[in-house]
Amino acid sequence: MEAIILQVLNGLDKGSAYALIALGLTLIFGTLGVVNFAHGALFMIGAFCAVTLSRIISISRTIIDDSQTDFLGNPLKVDVPYVYDWFGQATGDVIIDWAVPLSILFAIPIMVAIGVAMERGLIKHFYKRPHADQILVTFGLAIVLQEIIKYFYGANPIPTPAPDAFRGSFDFGAAFGFDPNVIIYPYWRLVYFSFAAVIIASVFAFLQFTTFGMVVRAGMADRETVQLLGINIDRRFTLMFGMAAAVAGLAGVMYTPINSPNYHMGMDFLVLSFVVVVVGGMGSLPGAVLAGFLLGILESFASMREVLTILPGLNQIIIYLVAIIILLTRPRGLMGRKGVMED
Amino acid sequence: MFGLEYKDSRMLILVAILVALAPFMLNPFPEGSGMAQFNAGYPDLMQRFVIFGIFAIGFNILFGLTGYLSFGHAAFLGVGSYAAMWMMKLLTMNVVPGIIFSVLVAGVFSLAVGWISLRRSGIYFSILTLAFAQMSYSLAYSVLTPITGGETGLQPKVTDPRILDGSLAEGTIAKANFFGLEMGSSFELQLGSWLFTFNAGYYLAAVVMLIAFYISIRIFRSPFGLMLRAVKSNQQRLNYTGLNTKPYTLAAFVISGMYAGLAGGLMVAMDTQVGAERMFWTASGEVVLMTILGGVGTLIGPVLGASAIKYMENILSKINSDILHQWFAFLPDGLEEFVITLIYPFIGKGWHLTLGLIFMAVVIFLPGGLVEGGQRIANLFKRKMPGKDARDNKS
Repeated sequence: MEAIILQVLNGLDKGSAYALIALGLTLIFGTLGVVNFAHGALFMIGAFCAVTLSRIISISRTIIDDSQTDFLGNPLKVDVPYVYDWFGQATGDVIIDWAVPLSILFAIPIMVAIGVAMERGLIKHFYKRPHADQILVTFGLAIVLQEIIKYFYGANPIPTPAPDAFRGSFDFGAAFGFDPNVIIYPYWRLVYFSFAAVIIASVFAFLQFTTFGMVVRAGMADRETVQLLGINIDRRFTLMFGMAAAVAGLAGVMYTPINSPNYHMGMDFLVLSFVVVVVGGMGSLPGAVLAGFLLGILESFASMREVLTILPGLNQIIIYLVAIIILLTRPRGLMGRKGVMED
Repeated sequence: MFGLEYKDSRMLILVAILVALAPFMLNPFPEGSGMAQFNAGYPDLMQRFVIFGIFAIGFNILFGLTGYLSFGHAAFLGVGSYAAMWMMKLLTMNVVPGIIFSVLVAGVFSLAVGWISLRRSGIYFSILTLAFAQMSYSLAYSVLTPITGGETGLQPKVTDPRILDGSLAEGTIAKANFFGLEMGSSFELQLGSWLFTFNAGYYLAAVVMLIAFYISIRIFRSPFGLMLRAVKSNQQRLNYTGLNTKPYTLAAFVISGMYAGLAGGLMVAMDTQVGAERMFWTASGEVVLMTILGGVGTLIGPVLGASAIKYMENILSKINSDILHQWFAFLPDGLEEFVITLIYPFIGKGWHLTLGLIFMAVVIFLPGGLVEGGQRIANLFKRKMPGKDARDNKS
């Protein structure tokens, strides 16, 4: 029992990342009909937004502190971040500590801007071209974005810690009446999962309960009719692209403490996210989310020691194996609609 | 010639001449001059040109003719490499059995993968092939370590049985050979300050490449090739006329898998080691880049694309800031710094950026790749100089 709960929990954080990226991919596919291979790069750019912000707020000036001396007896040079000057030392420390969560505010406008620029500047011209061309051009774009990030930030992973308050682990066992220290789970992963749940819920709520969302859903169902009603659906779809980019970016921002960002992290996630989208059913938002969590949890179950002794190496291939089985037995994926990408 | 039309045999002969004279043509700059680093006429790189050429030709038979975009072709290359390596370890260091075996094994493997993947089309097919390739990669790294050598990969060892070769003399290492002719041996020709290297391995790979190219021309011009093109343009219509397209697409898939296996076998023949990383999905992406860059569905395109990318990978990535400073030394200091800061991100370690930009530009503006570019340029000149053929535009 404990082992099962532990594996489900372990699967949740990776599953959240898959679900968020897959959600964005499906949003883009459902609205614009474009297969976006650069979505992983957006996830990666989001992560580097967090890196950038935490660098910006720790920009400091060096002063010579006469009251302290180093081991040679000279006055010590101390770096004082500018945030100390502006907000005082205590608040400044908190701001630096909370750099990653703060980056959410910083990342949203940037990601939306990048998304809109991408759609207007490049993807717009590819609506009428075959899917293979869309895959290829966004694949090229992903390479370019990746290399730009590599040029500015280097090839090594950049550790970006979570705030101190979330650094420990939560003992589920003690809290829910199991033996203590059996089910322990890092706080930040808990935060990540709740964050992902909030984002997913708000995307669905936005689509379901606002007029804008209603128009977008109408456009997804029948674009032409919506246009004939005099609604500028293209502009809304562009904004949806920006929103999908923001979702991917936020997934990246919050993922930085779990895995230090490097320039190819997006590609690693992208391949899996595509598998997730296909398993969930091309064009189905709930399917993408469901498949994301499902595959994340399956992956963590497959890496249990008991499973690995029977089927060694299963954890490496489980996602692909499931994808192959699903595609062959349920060609539309778990929740795919009829008539989407069936040519 | 060989059952080819006049135009095709002319192209084949032209390619043969280009390939045969490559050691001269790729070394246009004298040794020791400032431009010598643009010379591509060294064996290692020339071998890669032709081997990746084979890989891309095979990929083009699938993607160019049927329109099925496979994102997992590197798996067949890797399987072919492992197969050839095991032949070298068990049987003989002669490359011939290894290469034949690699083609066979890759063929069987691609038959299995293709049989399953081709049940779906479009992006689902891409994802399925990607999934199979990633599975092979992960398995080669983990569970299959006894066969694949895991992270260390496979190399020929002194202790290998090699039943046809007999035991090695003391202190010698097993070297890949073609009936005694070592793959690594080369003949060097010094002409003035030019140094030309003629490498045995390169010429073996080149001959194989020419055969592969010839077969691909025959496939393109055959009724079978026509059928594959019909699959690309309208599969549904073919189905309505009562034709089952599966055997045709599967045949194309297996043929292109065998080409990939052949390339893998040749790679091992040139450089006797193999690791799982050549099965990673970025390697599959690379062959897609090559084919698109050169020109999808054209005969010569994939070879051009493969050479272009490998040339960039090896030459562009070698330029560093010192060399740039040398080149722009004639400019005033401030301007020199400015020009170098502008160019620097695109060269050296940043060559992937250049590759990505060129690739995007090709997909956006020139869907037919370099071949279409050449044809457009040729058409510009055609009005002034009649009689110049579009296909002459290759280097």
